[in-house]
Amino acid sequence: MAISSQEVAHVASLAKLAFAPEELAKFTGQMDAIIKMVEQLQEVDTTGVPVTTHVTDARNIMREDVAVPGTDRDLMMRNVPQQQDGLIKVPAIIDESEEG
Amino acid sequence: MDYLKHDLTSLHQGLVNKDFSAEELVAQTYDVIAERDEKIDAFLALNKDQALAQAKELDQVGIAADQVLAGIPVGIKDNIVTRDLTTTAASKILENFNPIYNATVMDKLAAAKMITVGKLNMDEFAMGGSTETSAFKLTKNAWDQTKVPGGSSGGSAAAVASGQVIAALGSDTGGSIRQPAAYNGIVGMKPTYGRVSRYGLIAFASSLDQIGPLTRTVKDNALMLNAISGADQHDFTSSRRPVPDFTAGIDAGVKGMRIAVPKEYMGDGIAPEVKDAIKQAIKTYEELGAIVEEVSLPYSKYGVAVYYIIASSEASSNLQRFDGIRYGFRAQDVKNLEDVYVRSRSEGFGDEVKRRIMLGTFSLSAGTYDKFFKKAAQVRTLICRDFDRVFADYDLILAPTAPTVAYGIGEEIDDPVTMYMNDILTIPVNLAGLPGMSLPAGFANGLPIGMQLIAPQFAEQTIYQAGYAFEQATDFHKQVPTIGGQN
Repeated sequence: MAISSQEVAHVASLAKLAFAPEELAKFTGQMDAIIKMVEQLQEVDTTGVPVTTHVTDARNIMREDVAVPGTDRDLMMRNVPQQQDGLIKVPAIIDESEEG
Repeated sequence: MDYLKHDLTSLHQGLVNKDFSAEELVAQTYDVIAERDEKIDAFLALNKDQALAQAKELDQVGIAADQVLAGIPVGIKDNIVTRDLTTTAASKILENFNPIYNATVMDKLAAAKMITVGKLNMDEFAMGGSTETSAFKLTKNAWDQTKVPGGSSGGSAAAVASGQVIAALGSDTGGSIRQPAAYNGIVGMKPTYGRVSRYGLIAFASSLDQIGPLTRTVKDNALMLNAISGADQHDFTSSRRPVPDFTAGIDAGVKGMRIAVPKEYMGDGIAPEVKDAIKQAIKTYEELGAIVEEVSLPYSKYGVAVYYIIASSEASSNLQRFDGIRYGFRAQDVKNLEDVYVRSRSEGFGDEVKRRIMLGTFSLSAGTYDKFFKKAAQVRTLICRDFDRVFADYDLILAPTAPTVAYGIGEEIDDPVTMYMNDILTIPVNLAGLPGMSLPAGFANGLPIGMQLIAPQFAEQTIYQAGYAFEQATDFHKQVPTIGGQN
C-alpha cells in the first residue's frame, strides 16, 4: 500500500474532513490507486529542472491606490447562514461538551 | 426557433431585419428548453423573467448592425458567478448561493447585450469528466441519452448540441470545455491562460483554469471569444496583450501551414475509430495545402500524474474558503466551531471533491511536498519545453481530443484512475497555458469524435483559421442529433 488508513485519516484532519469507518476504507483504496499512478513521476530525472507554478509572463502589476466605495453591508451579508445584529453568528469556539 | 438551423450571424441578421424580436427569440428559447431539457437535463437554473425583461428593453432601444451578439440568448456554466442568479458550482455546499457580483465575463456579455437564459450543469466544482459528480442532476449526451455528456462543462456542451442555446460559456482546467465539446459534436475553445479574466470563476486550480466558449461553428466561437477576452483589473493574471478580432483572417486557409501530429497522441490507448478519424483529418489538411508531420512530445505521458498533483494541490487551497461561516451550507446541530468546519465540509462536498482535496493536502504535506508537489512542478516544466520545441518548427498541433467517444452513464464513475486517464490528451495544454480547441471530426456508432487543435500562447487566431478551413471542407458540423432518439 502506498498509503495507510491512518495516514488518510491524518490527511482528512488537516483538510477539515471526517470520514465514517467504511468511507475511510473506500477512500484509502482509491487514494492508494491514485498515489500509485502519480508515483510514476519518480522515474523522471528532474536534476536541475526549475519548477513551473504558473504560466503567465506577468510580473508585479501595480495600480493606483485610490479609495473606492466598498460593498453595501446588507448586500455583503446576503449569503451568511446565520446572523444577528449585522454580525455573523457562529457556535462557541470552546466546546460546550467540555463544560462542567 | 431551432438553433440547429442557425448560427450567430443568421440570428443577428434576423434581429436586425426584425424577422423576429429579441423578446420572441428569448420566449421561444424557453419553449425549446421546456421541451428538450426534459430529456437532456442540462439546466440547473433558469432566468426567465429577467431575460424576457432585458429582451423587451433591448427591442425598444433597437439592435444596431454592429452589435453582433445583442439580443441573443446564452447559457452559462454554473461555476461562473451571476449577480442575483443562483450559482452553485453543482455542489450542495453552495446550493442556495446568490452572488452579489458578476464575473467579469458576465459584465462583458452584458455589454455585448447578450441575454443569459440560465445556468448549466457541471461536475461539482468542475472536478470530473462526465458531469456525473453534480450534486443535483445527471445531464445526458445530446446524441444518445444513455451516454455521458462529458465534463466538466457537460451541461454547456449538451445544451448547445441539443439546440437549446446557440452558445454557452464553460471552463477548462484539464479539458473541461474540449472533451464535452468532442463528446457532443460541437466546437469548444480553451483560450490561452490569461486571455480571459477568471474574476468570478469559482476557483478550482488557479494556474490552470480558463473560461471559454462552446458553440456549433468555428466562427461563432471566434465571435464569442471576441466578446469575453481582455485584461481585467480584478484578475492580475489576465493578459495586457491587445485582443485581436478572432474572426479576422478566419477564411485565409491553411496553405503552407505547418501542422504537427504528436505520435504519443496517436498511441495504443486511443480507440481505432478515433485514430481513423484523425488520420482522415490529416488527409483533409494535406489536400488543403498544409504540411503535416509527425513529432514527439515525450513528457506528455506524465501529464495526468502532474495534473492530478498540481490541480488537486491548488484545489485543496482554494476550497479552504468553504467553511460554513460566511456563505454556503452550514451543518445543523453543531456544538463548536471545529464542528462547523468539519461537518459542513464533510456533508457539503461530494466524494470526487473530497478525493481531490485529500490528494492535494497529501501532496503539499510536510514530508511529501518534495516527492509529489515539487516533482510535479518540475515535470510540468519539461512538458512546457516539449511544446516550445515543437512550436519552434510548427504553427499548430493536431490530435484527438479524447481517447474514445462518449461512454455510458455510470460506467466509470467508481474508478477514478480510469476516468482521470480520459484527460490525457487535453491536460498538457492546460499545464503549458496554451490555447486548444475541439471541433467535430467524425462519428463512430452515431457518436461524435472530436479533433483538437493546439497553438502557441495567444495564437488562437491560427486555431480558428485552421478550424474554419476544416469545417468548410467537411460536413461533420452540419449533422445534428435527434433528441430522444438515435441518429
